[in-house]
Amino acid sequence: MSELKALKEAVIKGDIAAATAETSSSLDGGTDAQRILNDGLISAMDEVGEQFAKGLIFVPQMLRSAKTMKECVELLQPYFKEGDIASKGTVLIGTVKGDLHDIGKNLVSMMLEGAGFKIVDLGVDVSPDTFVQKAREVKPDIVGMSALLSTTMPSMPKTIEALQDAGLRDEIKIMIGGAPVTERYAVEIRADGYASDAGSAVTKAKSLLGIS
Amino acid sequence: MIIVGEKINTSRKSIEEAVASRDAAFIVDVARQQAVAGADYIDVNAGTFVDREAELLCWLVDTVQREVDLPLCLDSPNPQALADALKLHRGEPMVNSISLEEERYDALIPVITSRPCRVIALCMGRTAMPTTVEERVQVGDELVGKLTAAGIPVDKIYVDPLIQPVSVDTNMGVAALVAISRIMEQFPGVNTICGLSNVSFGLPERHLINRNFLALAMCHGLNGAILDPTDKKLMATVFATEMLLGKDEYCQSYIDAYRDGRISGI
Repeated sequence: MSELKALKEAVIKGDIAAATAETSSSLDGGTDAQRILNDGLISAMDEVGEQFAKGLIFVPQMLRSAKTMKECVELLQPYFKEGDIASKGTVLIGTVKGDLHDIGKNLVSMMLEGAGFKIVDLGVDVSPDTFVQKAREVKPDIVGMSALLSTTMPSMPKTIEALQDAGLRDEIKIMIGGAPVTERYAVEIRADGYASDAGSAVTKAKSLLGIS
Repeated sequence: MIIVGEKINTSRKSIEEAVASRDAAFIVDVARQQAVAGADYIDVNAGTFVDREAELLCWLVDTVQREVDLPLCLDSPNPQALADALKLHRGEPMVNSISLEEERYDALIPVITSRPCRVIALCMGRTAMPTTVEERVQVGDELVGKLTAAGIPVDKIYVDPLIQPVSVDTNMGVAALVAISRIMEQFPGVNTICGLSNVSFGLPERHLINRNFLALAMCHGLNGAILDPTDKKLMATVFATEMLLGKDEYCQSYIDAYRDGRISGI
């Protein structure tokens, strides 16, 4: 565990050189790749998310840690067979129709990925139909929607309705977020959850799926 | 420097409550404070009332203009709300905003050419937010070209280069700054305007970043800003920067603002 502690610290600091060196030496020392992922990288990103949600660290530091994790995951990749990595769940995510803002959505995706979720990012200006079509294809555990404009927010209930009509609503949890979006709005449109920032989005996603 | 007072926006809780309860006195008070602090335009935005936005935006226009003798900046992405509010507005308003997005553009052109008004042209791309200088200048170029062809004089156009957070990409600040210079050079007589808070998203002490960005943007030619004019430190940056850029003869505006207590260093 002590060698993973150094890895964790390097990821939290966003020190790519130290983190990749730690990852390589752990692999060389025979540590299981899945364990490095879970107890080193994901565990580090959990802490990063918590610190961010508390306002102890800021967006650039979070990005730096996420980038560091990404580099380490690449080193682990050859040790996993296709589909071998245990994911916490699949999140289908996108910015709703008519809205081109992607920064918040990207931060949430990155942090969810860091926490061990599989992300399918549909990008921006995603119509209810596209959400439905991709939900059929990907069978996500969670659908995440982002909107930065009050005028595009109504696309959220429309998408929920479309998922309902397609008979998919019961199988998935719906999370929403974005500057004008509120907890109250989430309740109003019957989404399952709202998060105000990328750190809390991870906590919310886990609680929706019953993961501690 | 054209100052648009940003405070009457329903995304702020106190304003949302005042609009919901039709508290005219509260709204007028916020408008008046901004007018006294030096706003040239008072922004009005009822965007959080999605279904009743047009009605409430009209109420804001009527309420503010009854008591405060300033033109307003009608702030909505909804063409219908803007059309209704424009009909009611006395004097020459600023419309915030038009972009290349076709539905919005086509719906707004007849509205903003029906009577004299100023218009904010937002450098939003058709399929993505601009990130580089080139993308911003290209969208700005297309917008200015189309708007002037539609009969809007170039000096009534305020190009908003679309400020993005430096926390996500450290080139975002300089990309916006260079875009401002290029747009101002390319279209003599055009104006540039922007909000300040996006630049500091995700970082601590945001006011400090916003103020310094404003000074840099003004140095690159920015001649309009959407901000809180009752923020004396921010207004101190406006007056000091104008003065340092040689746009304040005998430093009179700076001194007047100091004497009136409209600026503060601490």
